[in-house]
Amino acid sequence: MALATRTDRRPSLPRTVWDSTVGKKTVMAVSGLIMLLYLVAHMIGNLKIFFGPGDFNHYAHWLRTLGEPVMRWEWTLWVVRVGLVAAVVAHAVSAYQLSRRDIKARPSKYVHKKPRASYATRTMRWGGIILGLFIVWHILDLTTGTVHPGTYEHLHPYQNVIDTFSTWYGNVIYITAVVALGFHVRHGFWSAAQTLGVGNASRDRFLKTCANGLALLLTVGFVSVPVGVMTGVVS
Amino acid sequence: MNSYAEYTTGEPVVDAKAPEGPIAERWDTRRFEAKLVNPANRRKHTVIVVGTGLAGGSAGATLAEQGYHVVQFCYQDSPRRAHSIAAQGGINAAKNYRNDGDSIHRLFYDTVKGGDFRARESNVHRLAQISVEIIDQCVAQGVPFAREYGGLLDTRSFGGVQVSRTFYARGQTGQQLLLGAYQALSRQIAAGNVEMHPRTEMLDVIVVDGRARGIVARDLVTGRIDTYFADAVVLASGGYGNVFYLSTNAMNSNATAVWRAHRRGAYFANPCFTQIHPTCIPRTGDHQSKLTLMSESLRNDGRIWVPKAKGDTRPANEIPEDERDYYLERIYPSFGNLVPRDIASRAAKNVCDEGRGVGPGGQGVYLDFADAILRMGRKAVEAKYGNLFDMYQRITDEDPYEVPMRIYPAVHYTMGGLWVDYDLQTTVPGLFAIGEANFSDHGANRLGASALMQGLADGYFVLPSTINDYLARNPHKDEVDAEHPAVQEVLSETEDRLNLLLAVDGDRTPDSFHRELGELMWEFCGMARTETGLRKALERIPQIREEFWRRIKVPGTGEEFNQSLEKANRIVDYLELAELMCLDALHRAESCGGHFREESQTPDGEAARVDEDFSYAAAWEFTATGDAPVLHKEDLTFEYVHPTQRSYA
Amino acid sequence: MKLTLRVWRQKNADADGAMSTYEVDNISSDMSFLEMLDTLNEELIVKGEEPVAFDHDCREGICGACSLVINGDAHGPERTTTCQLHMRSFKDGDTIDIEPWRAAAFPVIKDLVVDRSAFDRIIQSGGYISAPTGSAPEAHATAVPKPDADFAFEHAECIGCGACVAACPNGSAMLFTSAKVNHLNVLPQGAPERETRVLDMVAQMDTEGFGGCTLTGECATACPKGIPLPSIAAMNKEWLRATRKVSR
Repeated sequence: MALATRTDRRPSLPRTVWDSTVGKKTVMAVSGLIMLLYLVAHMIGNLKIFFGPGDFNHYAHWLRTLGEPVMRWEWTLWVVRVGLVAAVVAHAVSAYQLSRRDIKARPSKYVHKKPRASYATRTMRWGGIILGLFIVWHILDLTTGTVHPGTYEHLHPYQNVIDTFSTWYGNVIYITAVVALGFHVRHGFWSAAQTLGVGNASRDRFLKTCANGLALLLTVGFVSVPVGVMTGVVS
Repeated sequence: MNSYAEYTTGEPVVDAKAPEGPIAERWDTRRFEAKLVNPANRRKHTVIVVGTGLAGGSAGATLAEQGYHVVQFCYQDSPRRAHSIAAQGGINAAKNYRNDGDSIHRLFYDTVKGGDFRARESNVHRLAQISVEIIDQCVAQGVPFAREYGGLLDTRSFGGVQVSRTFYARGQTGQQLLLGAYQALSRQIAAGNVEMHPRTEMLDVIVVDGRARGIVARDLVTGRIDTYFADAVVLASGGYGNVFYLSTNAMNSNATAVWRAHRRGAYFANPCFTQIHPTCIPRTGDHQSKLTLMSESLRNDGRIWVPKAKGDTRPANEIPEDERDYYLERIYPSFGNLVPRDIASRAAKNVCDEGRGVGPGGQGVYLDFADAILRMGRKAVEAKYGNLFDMYQRITDEDPYEVPMRIYPAVHYTMGGLWVDYDLQTTVPGLFAIGEANFSDHGANRLGASALMQGLADGYFVLPSTINDYLARNPHKDEVDAEHPAVQEVLSETEDRLNLLLAVDGDRTPDSFHRELGELMWEFCGMARTETGLRKALERIPQIREEFWRRIKVPGTGEEFNQSLEKANRIVDYLELAELMCLDALHRAESCGGHFREESQTPDGEAARVDEDFSYAAAWEFTATGDAPVLHKEDLTFEYVHPTQRSYA
Repeated sequence: MKLTLRVWRQKNADADGAMSTYEVDNISSDMSFLEMLDTLNEELIVKGEEPVAFDHDCREGICGACSLVINGDAHGPERTTTCQLHMRSFKDGDTIDIEPWRAAAFPVIKDLVVDRSAFDRIIQSGGYISAPTGSAPEAHATAVPKPDADFAFEHAECIGCGACVAACPNGSAMLFTSAKVNHLNVLPQGAPERETRVLDMVAQMDTEGFGGCTLTGECATACPKGIPLPSIAAMNKEWLRATRKVSR
């Protein structure tokens, strides 16, 4: 009769999440936060360079013995790498699909154009692309050594880093990417909080301060390395 | 030519459905006597509902819940936008949550008295009974009424009654109630029980073998004119205040549905009963397209005045105290600024007619909060009226904390409408009218916060009970044949009318005619009416109508989205309805409620009812355009509330 | 004052549109924006041209019918609806660009009129409490804590105008959808359908072709009723909660 009952079965949880814009944003938020955690650790590790080649190279060695004796040489590192690749892929695929959808949802632009939203917000997509390309270069430069400017020496990151930041383009690429990262994190962290539903009116200031703080911390932390090389503090 | 005023009086019209017995039992009696439709058979019945305001939205949802197949129409792009949404104040209900002596009987009494003894006792009592259920229903739907800290519903007193029975949702009660009905309707649309046609305007009723069997409607996007058939038709198309061009109604609110129904045989009752609200923002010039209401509550603390001298153009703050005339306090010392709506409106008109009005065109009076600010402090005034002051400032660009507000009365609500019996059925079998579209339960004057109550009572509770009886007694086994001559006639008449509007290709815009008619009506059939004025209007309206059909200009075609055509077609009906309003006002040679005849007043200038001659509802029967209609009287008897004359001095 | 208007004209949904330029004179600063357009239309009709089509109805800022993008802003420069915008917000000699809401889910019907029925379908998918007439318990049977009632009201104020979608660079309907979800989900009466409501409404929103939310905040800036941006976060929370509960 009149009162229709819902008999349709609901799709599975992963299906629901992946098929929904809200779900896909959740995937982005979670993968983004995983990468953010990694970046904080990575940045702190980088700072060891200021304690000299011994400390820094030893740190690189330690990363490969992490978790022993349960894990063997580089096992932990590979687990992290696989996890990170998964996060990058999930983040990028969601971002790509959502962006395509967003562009389709607004096919015709306004004739009267106005600058909209904050710089950080507007540059999320381009920032993401820059960061993606940077990661490829960064790995080829300092992990595999494929495009390394000097003689790449495995497990001697101190010298490798100095080589890279002794070239003008090495500095330009790195600093550009780190600044892009700062902007990306600034909007991304706050945005992830909203997506995961922890944002509300009273917490908004706190979350924005956290986002700004994190962005600043990561930018300064990462940039300090090339600056250190350029100014001769690291040599 | 001027034969229109020479109306004839036909047989009295009798409400055959009104049950007998003690008033408190009549609604139960009627519900029991009414035949029911077997739930399994309801699906086979189609009911057309025109309009999606409080009455239409709630009726459509409820009928669909009962199992009927509902086909619903609205001219707006969504059923959520009907003008019920603009109601601010609240909704009355005899819950007696305050324990302040309220009861169903008191609400009934207040409403009959407030209507100046021109409403049916049976209907008003039913309204008061149902008021209680409406609040329960709306709360269950999630309507966010104002609540107190204990989590229970808050109420306030409204419109001069002595009990606190008005439930509200800040200044947006109408919006919240309408969205509740809209959501209930949406649920039924999703369930497939309601077939919704937004952006579709009803242009005529189809009457086959003496019964309403459908409507003709135009898809406003494609321009396509179609017929829709049903077992019963419910009109919930609202009031006709836009006859006056400037009113607080929405721009597209119109009288076409009710007027076309009237032309097809439905009697039109008490068309002259219009309510004029005293606290609206005055017009600023000829460009004005509509008027905005400011809540009546402002009169609780504001003082109303005009300069003592005529043509005093000094800014308000430069007029010294002894050169100001606080005329309401002067004329009505005991009630002062809190006199009822009609009295406050008329007094404002009188001082403006004397040339003492303020603001552009001298059409306004001051509503001054200077004393209130001194007495209560700016903070307290802000807390109480902040949102209204902001609204005023946005519209007028004047700061009411610094300079007095300017207000002027405006047409607000129409108590008249299609005549209906106790079952809300018009004189055309199968054609029902609910909400403001019927001549309703308000008599000659509506109390504040009662319009929402009536719309929802009709839609949620009354119509869904009474329509069963009609459908049970008239099982239309046969489908209406689209080729039936009666159907074809209505369809071609409609098409011809629109084609003619497009063909005239004159030199005047639809709005120019609407404005001209509105000004005429405001002058002669507005706040104060005289025989001479009404006769003048009755002479002028046919001339405007004649000019309209000679000089109207409607660009574009009928086969597209054409807002000029929509407007022009609505004006065609205003030009006929206006005539009936004037005639009704002329024939009712008494003053009552919103209808003030200058010839009929007490020595101190108050409305004087003439119960011996006019204790009836005037139901008019259409004959032909411009021809005198036939008057059918429905006698009103008062067994429970005895008529008295109001006095506020 | 004298103004130059550049108005989007489009014959129908299938036709191509373009900006047309009109001059209007003798515009009073007391006019509302729509009354200024009325003036233009009166002149156009007399000249035998087609008037500019635009949606409007109550003209007091509550029905949600009016929908113009004025100089790139949904509802123009003030935080209110187009019908409550007055010409004193403009200067003599100004050029004003007037465009329709732009979103794939809001196709243009004619000139400045768009089809917003997608909003209705979102409500139909779950934006209600199932309470058939007559089934309601006594209104005071369930007390609603005042903060919850206020939260519900704040979100119930949405007028469904679509400015949020028009302002969003992604044409997203998150603010609209979240306003209704939050209004009903916080109330005890809305609790039984709390999960299905948010899941179904979000799914319908996606089906209609609205974009995703990138939290630019443009929607809340444009909203004439001040539906706050955290409304979206609150809905996300409801949605995540619902996916967990329903999958159990």
